Amino acid sequence: MKRRKGTSDSLLTKAGGELDDRFKLAIPGRILFNKVFPDHWSFLLGEIALFSFILLLLSGTFLALFFEPSMVEVTYNGAYVPLRGIEMSQAYASALDLSFEVRGGLFMRQMHHWSTLLFMASILIHMLRIFFTGAFRAPRETNWMIGIVLFWVGFFEGFFGYSLPDDGLSGTGLRIMEGMTESVPFIGPWASAALFGGQFPGTSVISLLYIVHVFVFPLILLALITVHVGLVFAQKHTQWPGPGRTEHNVVGFRMFPNYVMKQVGFMLFIWGVLGAMAGLFQINPIWLFGPYEVSVVSSASQPDFYVMYLDGLIRLFPAWELRIPPYFTLPPVFWPGIVGMGLSVMLPLLYPALERRFTKDRGHHNLLQRPRDNAGRTSLGVMVVVFWIIGVISGGNDVFAEKFDISLNAMTWAGRIGLVVMPIIAYYVTYRICLGLQQHDREVLAHGLETGILMRDPNGRFYEVHQPLAEPDEHGHTELEYNGWVVPKKMNRVGALEPADKGFFKSIEEPSEDGRAERRDEIESGKH
Amino acid sequence: MSAHNDSAPNSPEPVDLNNPKLSRFEVYKEGLRRDDIEIIHYEPRFAKPGTKAEKRMERIVGGMFLFSGLFATAFVAAYIFWPWEYEGAASWRDLQTWYTPVLGTTLGLSLLLFAVGVLTWAKKLLPIEELVQDRHDGGSPSDDRKIAEATVDNMVEDMGLKRRPFLVKAALLGAAPLGLAAIAPLGALIKDPGDMLTVTGWNAEKHNDGEPVRFMMKDGALVRPDMVSVGGQITVYPAIDHGATNQFPTSPVLLIHLREADAAVLRGNLYPMYQDAEALWGNFVAYSKICTHVGCPTSLYEQQSQRLLCPCHQSQFNVVDNAAPVFGPATRHLPLLPFTVDDEGFFIAKSDFLVPPGPAFWNRPSLPEEDEK
Repeated sequence: MKRRKGTSDSLLTKAGGELDDRFKLAIPGRILFNKVFPDHWSFLLGEIALFSFILLLLSGTFLALFFEPSMVEVTYNGAYVPLRGIEMSQAYASALDLSFEVRGGLFMRQMHHWSTLLFMASILIHMLRIFFTGAFRAPRETNWMIGIVLFWVGFFEGFFGYSLPDDGLSGTGLRIMEGMTESVPFIGPWASAALFGGQFPGTSVISLLYIVHVFVFPLILLALITVHVGLVFAQKHTQWPGPGRTEHNVVGFRMFPNYVMKQVGFMLFIWGVLGAMAGLFQINPIWLFGPYEVSVVSSASQPDFYVMYLDGLIRLFPAWELRIPPYFTLPPVFWPGIVGMGLSVMLPLLYPALERRFTKDRGHHNLLQRPRDNAGRTSLGVMVVVFWIIGVISGGNDVFAEKFDISLNAMTWAGRIGLVVMPIIAYYVTYRICLGLQQHDREVLAHGLETGILMRDPNGRFYEVHQPLAEPDEHGHTELEYNGWVVPKKMNRVGALEPADKGFFKSIEEPSEDGRAERRDEIESGKH
Repeated sequence: MSAHNDSAPNSPEPVDLNNPKLSRFEVYKEGLRRDDIEIIHYEPRFAKPGTKAEKRMERIVGGMFLFSGLFATAFVAAYIFWPWEYEGAASWRDLQTWYTPVLGTTLGLSLLLFAVGVLTWAKKLLPIEELVQDRHDGGSPSDDRKIAEATVDNMVEDMGLKRRPFLVKAALLGAAPLGLAAIAPLGALIKDPGDMLTVTGWNAEKHNDGEPVRFMMKDGALVRPDMVSVGGQITVYPAIDHGATNQFPTSPVLLIHLREADAAVLRGNLYPMYQDAEALWGNFVAYSKICTHVGCPTSLYEQQSQRLLCPCHQSQFNVVDNAAPVFGPATRHLPLLPFTVDDEGFFIAKSDFLVPPGPAFWNRPSLPEEDEK
């Protein structure tokens, strides 16, 4: 046993030596192995997007083996009986074959689709985390901008992928995109003709979208993701404030083995969830939609969720058309569709620069802010989120109207008014909540924790006993400075009371076998 | 744990690596020191190695890996051996209906078990550690910057970029067309939109050798008045080659047989251009089915309120008022197709639409009558 171990050690040493002779890895390898990463659950949201992307590449490659991006008309004669004998494009027929006649094809299609949804959703959530904690501030503005570009490339990559099967829903989505393209002044009809090789839907758009979807955009995504992650690595991750944490250090654990093991575990976890979803939850049953025909559509034609807010805005925008007779028309869809999308790209892209300009804050920030500590930014973010959510809901307002038996026009009007009014209310409410939370933090730091113990003094006045957080100084003061991180609000958080019993079936507070009690969430631990 | 400050004096002294008495950990710590890392806290997860608790944790993790492998094997086996071919409508008792769920369950469980195994290993068996590393935020040291600056300046000087402004300008002037040349081939995609947005399949001159275009159904059957009952509606297409396909995307028409009272109201409301063209035939009216908003088919006809609804963005059009928009984002009415019945009793179009159907574009020709509503 011992000898065996010895040989494997010396083998490793030998291999390392050979590698170092050739690639000079001793120093960079050591630096990589030792690199310290800060730890917080919210730092892993972007990873979900990364892991979904890897799965997208894998499942997409499988699909590309069987999919035919051709709009040549064929008569379907495959396994799915209801569509037999129907004229359809080769693309739709091969997508049907993928679902019915390729072993595991449906599984792969659903995995690809679910991964896309998770990819886009996790980008959004990750972006919110970055925004609300101020992680986009200098020196990380470049990476924020790369992230925004990633979202939009992902947006179109997803939309194009959704368009490829050439089923009823894809065609409807493309039709709307065509209508938007046509609305652009001066170049609209020309742009549309270039995209569709003439009149919509033409016979070439699927092959055009296909090469963009499987080659151009994945390449861009891959390159940008590499730079994105590389920059996080090179600039070192931000961290939450806490004891011993400064703008100039990183407190956490090592890349190897701790961080990498957690990452690998997390990646497999995400893949496991997506694998299970791919098998268990149906998504985009294209065989129910039939081939795309310009004269057929049904209600409840919704795009994927990340496109829905745009569709919602298009639904809500009033019928305002600018006409300068005889030869100039600016259709209403231009405003939400083209201008709205343009602003959705540009405003987030420029946000770090705008904030720098208005706050005149030019310093480097490696410590994160709690959202409450920057009430203005937080409220602005919530405002945008509320605007977006109303857009998304309005993107499905026909479904809501039908399911809840509401008038469709009432839904539209509620959306129109809500889109203007709700963000303002959201801004105000969020701002007040932030200030309230700030104030309470300072109150606790100044006067101590509420103990829940009520006392009555000889004059008959009731008061609550407060537990100061610090030893009194020579003047008897117990005030503490706020230092940007969590202030304990309950007695058990400072170890003055036993923590509330944790555990579902049995208590996990019991001392463990090796004699050490479970570590409590004490104020010193720097947890959030 | 004490407050750490990142100034240099706190870091430990370098050690002599040639000292044979150094333990492996001391050599390792020298590496940490060189990377400006300091250990705040580092202890084995189990104070005594080989306790029952540690063994138990090892067994749990090992078990997860083994079960993961088991499920992965099950996945591969199911992928190969489970009946998978689609055989039409089937009940849940048929094995092939479970193919995809079985794949998902086995692969999902396999990945999840391996994931939890790795995570448990990391969280329950790795040492408890907390380290702090110097961030080295901000730019490079000033002398490095100075050297870099001098290097760049030297390079600029070597090339003579400042002394040879003509060369620089000439290079830029030469490169700009080269850039253009790189993207110019994309111009192959450009096509003249021509009349694609204004002329439809109902245009007799262009698509039917000047013969008026008849109405047909999806299956090619020509349409006679008796085929649509009062209050009913059908979608019709130009009876030309491929007239009912996507080759003629702006041609589909909704043919509605109005009730007498509704038809009277419509006749009263009809725009002058449609009156002049005698666009209606009896109580029949033919509206373009392509929404004037962004081009979805306005396929929902509500007979009670006489509205046409586009399910994409909920534009609504009043059937008894030239299909003028009454709600939603659409701004223009659905063009009427002037039509009549020929000698053989089939519906024919008198002409193409008087205004272009479908979504608007900047140079869309419009007639003054359109602005009535």
